[in-house]
Amino acid sequence: MIALLPFEAWVSLRFMREGRVQTSFIVGGISIGVAVIVFMSALLAGLQSNFVRRALTGQAHIQVLPPKEVVRPLRNDDATWQENAILQAPLQRLKSIDQWQSVAAQISAMPDVTVVSPAATGSALVARGQVNRAVTLTGINPDLYFRIVPLPEKIVKGQAKMEVDTIFIGTDLATDLGVTVGDKLIVSASSGATNTLKVAAILDLGSKGANSRNTYVALRTAQSLLGLTGLVSILDITVHDVYGAEVVAQRISALLHVEADSWIKTNEQFFTAVHAQTIANTAIRFFVALSVGFGIASVLVVSVVQRSREIGIFRAMGITRGQILRIFLIQGGLLGLFGAITGSMMGGGALMLWHRFERNADGTELFPLVLEPLLFIQALLLATLTGLLAAFAPALRAARLDPVVAIRG
Amino acid sequence: MSTHDPVLELRGIVKTFNLGQPNETEVLHGIDFTLKPGEFCSVIGPSGSGKSTLLNIVGLLDRPTRGTLAVCQQETTTLDDSALTLLRGHNIGFVFQYHHLISAFSAIENVMMPMVGDAGFLNDAMRERAASLLASVGLTRWKDSPSMQLSGGQQQRVAVARALAMKPALILADEPTGNLDSKSADAVFDLLLSVSREQGTSVLFVTHNAALSARCDKTIEVVDGHLKT
Repeated sequence: MIALLPFEAWVSLRFMREGRVQTSFIVGGISIGVAVIVFMSALLAGLQSNFVRRALTGQAHIQVLPPKEVVRPLRNDDATWQENAILQAPLQRLKSIDQWQSVAAQISAMPDVTVVSPAATGSALVARGQVNRAVTLTGINPDLYFRIVPLPEKIVKGQAKMEVDTIFIGTDLATDLGVTVGDKLIVSASSGATNTLKVAAILDLGSKGANSRNTYVALRTAQSLLGLTGLVSILDITVHDVYGAEVVAQRISALLHVEADSWIKTNEQFFTAVHAQTIANTAIRFFVALSVGFGIASVLVVSVVQRSREIGIFRAMGITRGQILRIFLIQGGLLGLFGAITGSMMGGGALMLWHRFERNADGTELFPLVLEPLLFIQALLLATLTGLLAAFAPALRAARLDPVVAIRG
Repeated sequence: MSTHDPVLELRGIVKTFNLGQPNETEVLHGIDFTLKPGEFCSVIGPSGSGKSTLLNIVGLLDRPTRGTLAVCQQETTTLDDSALTLLRGHNIGFVFQYHHLISAFSAIENVMMPMVGDAGFLNDAMRERAASLLASVGLTRWKDSPSMQLSGGQQQRVAVARALAMKPALILADEPTGNLDSKSADAVFDLLLSVSREQGTSVLFVTHNAALSARCDKTIEVVDGHLKT
C-alpha cells in the first residue's frame, strides 16, 4: 500500500493520522458542510424535476395560438391619431391559426422540434338528462397528440380508441354526470352545433379542475362543433430540450408572426421561485465552502507551526521546497475529500430519512427522491478543491521556512 | 571525486547576520578549512563562538556572506536552492543534538525517509537497506517501534542510521552526544567512528566533551568566529 503512494502522500497521511483528533474535528466540520450542500441540492433538484415531470406530462412544451384581437384608435384624415378616442377592449372570439398547415410544416422542419399536433379547442356544454356542465372541448389528432400528452396512460376506464363519435372525459365530470364508458352525452357548442357522443374513456388528469373540465374528441368532431371546419386554433409542439422551449417559442414567433407560448413562460412563477431558491442554494454553498476553507486553513496553519522543526529536518535530509509544499497541499485536499465522502453519506442518509418520514397526508411520497451521482461527484470535487485552495497559504509558508530557523525551533 | 580530493573545502568564509542593519553582526571572520575523505574531525569551542553557524553553512542550510565553499568538489556559492538541496540530500547526513526523528513514523521509516524523498516512491530495496542500517546500530528489535517510544540513546542511533541512508560522503554531527548519558554518548561516538573507519565517511563532530574530542583524527576550535587548529 505504502509502496504505491508518492512520498508526499505518504507523509501527509501519517501527519493526519498522528494528529487524528484535530483531523477528526475538521473532517467532521467539513462533513456537516457537505451534507448540508448535498441535502439542499438534492431537495431542490427533486422538487424541480418532479414539477417538470408533472407539468410536461399534461401539456405541450410550446403552444402556437392565433394572434389576439386588438383595437386600434381611429385615424384622422391627415393620418394623425384621433385624440380622446375611447378604446374598448375587444372580445376574443374563437379564431383559427391562419394558414395553419403551412405554419405546422415550417415548425416541423425546425431541428429542435419533435412533434407538432394541431388542435381545435373551445368551450362547450355537455348534458345528460337534466344535468349539464360547461367544459373545454379539445379536438385532437390522437396519433400526434398522444406523443405530446400521453392520455392513454391516464385512462382509468375504457380504451384509447378515439373516433368521430366518441369523447374522453375526466373522472370528476363522469361522476357529476353519472356516466361511465359506453354512455352517451349531448355536447353543444356556442356556435349552436350539437352532437351526441359516446364516452370511450374516463381519464385521471391529476387535478380536480382538469378532471371536471377537460374533454377530448377527434379533431374533425371539434372542428364541426366549434364552427372551425378545416381550421385549428392551437398547434401543440414538443421540443428536444425542454429547457430550451422558450428560445424555440421566440424563434417561432419571430419567423412566423404567430403567438407562441412556452411552458416556461406559462409557469413563470414557478421558475421565479426555483431561480430564487437556486440563488439561495448557491449562496449557502459559497458560504459553507468558505467556512470549510477557513477551517482547513486554520488547522494547517497550526500544523505548520507545530511541525516547523520536522519541516527543517526534512529540508536537511534533502527534501525540496516543492515536496514540502505538496505535503501540506495534499493534506488540505485529503481533508476536503474525506469530509466530502462522509458528508455525502450523511447528506444521502438524511435525504433517505426525510423521504421516508416526510409524507403527504395520504401516506404517499411528497415527490420522488433524486440522488444524482453527479451531485456527489460535484460535492467531492468542490470540497477537495476548497481543501487544496485553503491549504495553499499554509503550504507556501511551510515551503518557505528557513531550515536553520525551523530546526532551531 | 578521487579518494584524495577533499570532501569539504572552505576558503575565507565570512558570515554576517543583519547585513546593512544597525545590529549587523559578523559571526565568522574568514574561515579556511579542509576535510579529507574518511577524516573524523571534532569541532570544539565555547557556546556562541560560531560552531553551529559554521555547521549550517557547511551543511548547505545557510549561505556564507563571503568566501567559497566546495562540497565533494562542487563549488556551492553559485548554486540555487534546488541544486543545494540535491547536493545536500546526496552527500551530507545530519545528526542533531536532539535526535529530531519524525514522530509520525517508526524507526525504520525514519531511516527510509531520505531515500523515499529522493526517489519519490518507496521500494523493497530501501526497506532492506534501512533494516540493515538499523541492524548495524543494534536496533533490529525496535525497527518497527514508533520513534517516540525509543529511549534517547536509541533515537540517536536511529538518527545516525538515517544520516547514513544516502551513503553520504560527509556526516555533520551537531553535539549528538550532548543530551545523552555517558554510556549512550560513548556508544553513539563509537558508532560514528566505526562508520567513518569502515565506510570512509568524513565526519565533522561538534562536541563539548574533551575526552571524545581527543579520540578524533583532528580537532578544530572555533573561538569568536576564528578557527584555531
